[in-house]
Amino acid sequence: MSAAIEVEGLEVSFPDGRWRVSILDGVDFRVEAGEVLALVGESGCGKSMTALGCMRLIPKPGRIDRGRVLLDGRELLELPVPAMRQVRGAEISMIFQEPMTSLSPVVTVGTQVVEAIRLHEKISVSAARKRVADLFARVGIPDPAERLDAYPHQLSGGLKQRVMIAMALCTQPRVLIADEPTTALDVTIQAQILELMRELQRETGTAILLITHDLGIVNELADRVAVMYAGRIVEEATRHELFRQPRHPYTQGLLRSMPALVAPGEPLHEIAGTVPPPSDWPAGCRFVDRCPRAFDPCAGPAPDFQMLGRGHSAACHALAAEPGE
Amino acid sequence: MLAFVVRRLLFGVAVVLGVLGILFVLFFQVASPDDIARRALGEKARPDSIEQWKANHGYDRPLWPWQDFEDNLLFHHYSTMLSFDFGASDVDGAPISQRIREGAGPSLALTVPAFAFGLGLAVLLGLFVAFFRETYIDTTGVFLCVLGMSVSILLYIIAGQYLVGKMLRWFPISGFDADPAVLLRFLALPVLISVLSGVGSDVRFYRTVFVEETGRDYVRTARSKGAGEVRVMIRHVLRNSLIPILTRVVLAIPFLFTGSLLLESFFGIPGLGSLTIDAISQNDFATLRVMVFVLSMLFIIGQIATDISYALVDPRVRLE
Amino acid sequence: MAPHVLSNAIVLLLLVAAGFALRFVRGNRMWRDALAQLWRRRRGSLLVIVAFLLVGLLDSVAWTGGQGQDALAAHEARTVIDRLFQGDREASYSAPLADAAFYGGDPLAAPGGHWLGTDILGRDVLHRTLKGARVALMIGGLTSLIAIPLALLFGISAGYFGRRIDDAIFFLISTLASIPSLLLLIALIMALGKGTWQVCLALGITSWVGLCRVTRGETLKLRELDYVQAARALGVSHGRILVRHILPNLMHLVIITFVLMFSQLVLSEAILAYLGIGVDGSWGEMIDQARNELSREPIIWWNIAAAGSAMFTLLLAVNYVGDSLRDILDPRTLRETP
Repeated sequence: MSAAIEVEGLEVSFPDGRWRVSILDGVDFRVEAGEVLALVGESGCGKSMTALGCMRLIPKPGRIDRGRVLLDGRELLELPVPAMRQVRGAEISMIFQEPMTSLSPVVTVGTQVVEAIRLHEKISVSAARKRVADLFARVGIPDPAERLDAYPHQLSGGLKQRVMIAMALCTQPRVLIADEPTTALDVTIQAQILELMRELQRETGTAILLITHDLGIVNELADRVAVMYAGRIVEEATRHELFRQPRHPYTQGLLRSMPALVAPGEPLHEIAGTVPPPSDWPAGCRFVDRCPRAFDPCAGPAPDFQMLGRGHSAACHALAAEPGE
Repeated sequence: MLAFVVRRLLFGVAVVLGVLGILFVLFFQVASPDDIARRALGEKARPDSIEQWKANHGYDRPLWPWQDFEDNLLFHHYSTMLSFDFGASDVDGAPISQRIREGAGPSLALTVPAFAFGLGLAVLLGLFVAFFRETYIDTTGVFLCVLGMSVSILLYIIAGQYLVGKMLRWFPISGFDADPAVLLRFLALPVLISVLSGVGSDVRFYRTVFVEETGRDYVRTARSKGAGEVRVMIRHVLRNSLIPILTRVVLAIPFLFTGSLLLESFFGIPGLGSLTIDAISQNDFATLRVMVFVLSMLFIIGQIATDISYALVDPRVRLE
Repeated sequence: MAPHVLSNAIVLLLLVAAGFALRFVRGNRMWRDALAQLWRRRRGSLLVIVAFLLVGLLDSVAWTGGQGQDALAAHEARTVIDRLFQGDREASYSAPLADAAFYGGDPLAAPGGHWLGTDILGRDVLHRTLKGARVALMIGGLTSLIAIPLALLFGISAGYFGRRIDDAIFFLISTLASIPSLLLLIALIMALGKGTWQVCLALGITSWVGLCRVTRGETLKLRELDYVQAARALGVSHGRILVRHILPNLMHLVIITFVLMFSQLVLSEAILAYLGIGVDGSWGEMIDQARNELSREPIIWWNIAAAGSAMFTLLLAVNYVGDSLRDILDPRTLRETP
């Protein structure tokens, strides 16, 4: 069975002076239909680039150097541009972090969603508007018929994100990529949007790639989690497994720095240092400079993935050195 | 909305009064009636002939109201200008209003086509270059724009007249005619030069605006819902760039006039530009004053029109 | 004081100022990086500008005496550039590197010595073109000296103090901006009279408005920044805040505006030259004089070619540097980064 979306060995680079610097270095993951995969990591680790890579929307002058993106087994990176355009918005949709700026300020929100439908379906404007009104009602926008003619600045951030969700779901895509969908929203609104996404996902069975740095959101929504560090995935596991038994030192650090997961009274952990810029990434394991368990082999070639149990894998030399479990 | 328009109009009126004030200071205080008379009569003019000249041309009142409240140049200046009673030329006594009416037609015959072609061409080229941003087409385009901006309009005119008019003999070098068919041949070259001389900076400006817009989040959204690049450019980027374009267009109107100032005189078009240039060379201060005032008025009206049209283009303005 | 003494003193002053500026740039990381980046990107344009500056400076250093043949010339102060082109004045036109006069074919005083030919009065065109560099730089320099302090003063006070002051200054800028700039320029020169100072003053008055708007807007923004608010909360005086926090953050705008304004000024002066109210000895004046020469048969092309290409080269270099400076110093126009 082919996954809803499967990414293999995705490599993306940007020019930096005379050289090209890799931003993504062999990213692999797959999301099954009806599943939520959370892609977690600090800012600057390449989460958003991965998302844009799946859509083939890497901003210039960046480019995809290598890898495969399979949608239901169909290779997207080799599709001609017009065919890819037909995929975007119809089979893969995306929700962005900034609802405030992600909608065109000079066009009514209704028209923008109608455009998304009419780009992919031969349908009259009035029919499309009716459908958008229904969609608005479904994503919990009050007075949907009136909101159609509202401009983005007349809506609150939460409503705008609901519009974005309606726009992403209007064509019933196979895959929904949500890039930090709630980061820019108030906490109360965050909960509502997450609730909405969970509901819609249950109804439609869309595969969701959820990109976030917030482990709380992961805990709420994700089935499986992939942890990313400096352009690579370092650990992948089911949500339950990952929170229970993180194996990669980076994941462990990440979890221990999360207030909700630390017992009251214990000090919060912090990972020393920051993510280095892509041009300074170490040749081998990229976490080596910040890793508490770094030892000789870590300076050598990058570690391979190890299966650590059902659906749980991580890439770390220290795990390879441990006696087998 | 109504309150906004009223406020804007009131500010416009204040600015018109301000412009008249600046004109008064320049042409009555800095260059006093005595100076003006001396320029007209020559440096060695006798005092009594200067007094005579001032009396003939209405400059023999005191300047300020505190010198003579009933009859002073300040009140006279404001009241005549604001009632569009522009009086007579300092040089030949011809009525200025009539000259302006006569000159407006030829001026518009040159500027309107030049403006329309120039704007269309610049926006199209700007979109084109922005579409190919970060490629060699873009770099070459920007280079050509900077190249074009570095050439004086004098050179454009001289070279254009020489190349097209003299060597190739495509168009006549100068002249004006009421017959549209003949006029077309006379206007072709100045319109071409006007478009060419302005297109560089315009294209570069529009390119910057478009490129800036293409980096915005909503463009990414449009792409992510499957819109093609051409559609993104025209439906989304162009629509959102209308405000800077509009601003540029209105701000370009006086510059258009300054371009045609030279063009009219070079190509023998009897418009407002020629009128102004004649006024400069003949030290005709009365005409110059009126020209500055009339064109500023047009500019101010244009500015108000832009501000109001913002509200039509950008829904965000309407609330304010 | 003789004019050449003043001119020499100004050259000295400029060199000293340039030295201080260089020391400051070396000590300040942001400016040093910007300059290094500019040098990497626009080496050619910078060298062209430096060459023009050098010619301008050499044409400003003057002294009397020397090998002048007649007594009158010996008392006249002549610049380094003048001394390179001594004597050898022809009767009228001669083509570049020609041995004989253009009309009539009389032998020249300096056969083959005029690289770019001579003009109607027999003056060496290369000499005039080089002298034009000083005029162009002077137009830019003097005008900026008037416009920039004016713009900073009004822009900062409007943006920082707000309210009545802002209203008054906003009204003033709006009024000035409502008069089409070339007309205002013409009106100012007609009122002030013709001459270098008058032209520069007029250019200064017409060109400060744009920069004033920019500084006003930027000051409004800077005033609201946290560290400025903090400084105010701590009771730091207005003067100190302006000098320490506001002014340094406006400098890049001033420099970009100045560079981009420069070419506008030179182009405006060319138009004024055509109207007969320009600065003596400018390239615009040379181009204007050359207009009729193109209709002669055979045509005289070297005057307009020399002045036109000198002006074009300088403006192209300046525009290019200005563009890059804006890209380097103004992050708002920076392109999208990953």
